[in-house]
Amino acid sequence: MSRAPLVLKVALLAGLGAFLVAPDAFAPLFRPFAPGDSPPIYAQTPLLRLAVNHIVLVAAATLAAGLLAVGFAIAATRPAGRDLLPFARAVANLGQTFPPVAVLALAVPVVGFGTVPTLIALVLYGLLPIFETALTGLGGLDPALLEAARGMGLTGRQRLVQVELPLALPMILSGIRVSAVIGLATATLGSTVAASTLGEVIVSGLLTGNTAYVLQGGLTVAAMAILVDAGFLALQRKATRRAGFRS
Amino acid sequence: MIDLAHVSRSFGARTVVDDVSLRVEAGAILTVVGTSGSGKTTLLRMINRLVEPSAGTVRIAGRDVRSVPPHLLRQGIGYAIQGHGLFPHRTVAENVGVVPRLLGWDRRRIAARVDELLGLFRLDPALYRDRLPAALSGGEQQRIGVARALAAEPPILLMDEPFGALDPIIRGRAREDLLAIQRRFGTTIVLVTHDMDEALRLGDRVAVMDAGRLVQEASPAALIGAPASAFVGALLGGGDRAFQLMSLRVVDDLVEPGAAPGTPIPAGTSVRAALAESLWSRRAALPVSRDGVILGRVTRAALEAQGAGP
Repeated sequence: MSRAPLVLKVALLAGLGAFLVAPDAFAPLFRPFAPGDSPPIYAQTPLLRLAVNHIVLVAAATLAAGLLAVGFAIAATRPAGRDLLPFARAVANLGQTFPPVAVLALAVPVVGFGTVPTLIALVLYGLLPIFETALTGLGGLDPALLEAARGMGLTGRQRLVQVELPLALPMILSGIRVSAVIGLATATLGSTVAASTLGEVIVSGLLTGNTAYVLQGGLTVAAMAILVDAGFLALQRKATRRAGFRS
Repeated sequence: MIDLAHVSRSFGARTVVDDVSLRVEAGAILTVVGTSGSGKTTLLRMINRLVEPSAGTVRIAGRDVRSVPPHLLRQGIGYAIQGHGLFPHRTVAENVGVVPRLLGWDRRRIAARVDELLGLFRLDPALYRDRLPAALSGGEQQRIGVARALAAEPPILLMDEPFGALDPIIRGRAREDLLAIQRRFGTTIVLVTHDMDEALRLGDRVAVMDAGRLVQEASPAALIGAPASAFVGALLGGGDRAFQLMSLRVVDDLVEPGAAPGTPIPAGTSVRAALAESLWSRRAALPVSRDGVILGRVTRAALEAQGAGP
């Protein structure tokens, strides 16, 4: 899908936008999936508000996971930070091996219901992909390049900002992309602990046996994931070209 | 210009550079030659503090290098390495301008300097300025690497096998470029190589390293004439010392009055090339010309005498 022509992506974006702004216009489409007289379109909370909450939550979690993971990766690739590497790896791996539902279950008694436990689960879950790619990007640079930078008199910070990070950026972006897409899907689980996300529509559909709701929630999340993936891929290609690699 | 006094470096129990003392005069080229693992690269890297000496002192213009913060020291010393180390995400102009930017030169001065250097290395600035390194040939990348090292007009240039990755023809041109630019700016150069021919051709002085020790430091002719040890002799290749000596000398001092048949050779031709021409064309003497004017002739006997040992 990510290589599908731009037209398809624009059409998908337009369709998603139209659905979120005026969901009732799509009622005939979902009518066949709603049992009996039950409404075909979820109306307890406006879908647009749920979608915005969903995106904002995932964006915040991905941003936090990105900052943490890139920070860890930078620290682990400095000469003084080599000892930190196994620890950082362990933390990132732990986040990934823990099922998000388990994180939610453990977090609720501590921080209560709502957005916060979901955010914690998303951040933990998003760490590993970004950390691993940032580590590959920063650790895989040509030693001759860094040697030349040092030999020319760039300080450690200048080497990091002017050379290492720009060259590792395509890899880091690919990690953020994976993390954001996983996060979009995982965030639906947040509704089980009363976070306001599109999961609310799916859960409500499952509880009332209304397949139309499940489809609305699921398809909206899927469309957003596809678009976010495509957006990051485009960014990643641009960064790759800017890094002087032939993509 | 550069003074090394009893400099040593150990990594753990291994001594890589062992009590080396050396002096490089301002404006001279010192080539450091040795097998891999001889400590020549470590020696070079101690001059700009990429490696700190375990013992001894390095002085530049009389000043201990340890009295200057490493990054400031390095900004004042050109550094060019094999594989050039160009930043792949920066254009040619940005690469060449790295050190001037660190030094806070203004934009116009940097642009002017970049164009000047590209011109010196026979690269049309308008064509090359905005290219990325990936769009350059190996020889062009190498030239940009040296241009970058020279960008801030450093009095000293350190080079580590700068021509190692080039094919023989491009390598020859790169050496000529380097010599021309060195004469123009009067840069003091320390160049590390494993290639004795390169060391002899480029160096005003040649330092031979073996197992961390400085085995001999001499002018190329003196090195060929009297290698200090069997190791130096082996590096020189043993058999064709006479020809190595001949390729260091030019015919100009051997010209005597008189006529000779055939096409003249230009002044500045090496004795070795002149002798080869004499043998090939079966002429016992060759006319020598400069700018189309016949200066006289050189005889084969005079050429042959240049190959004699001391």
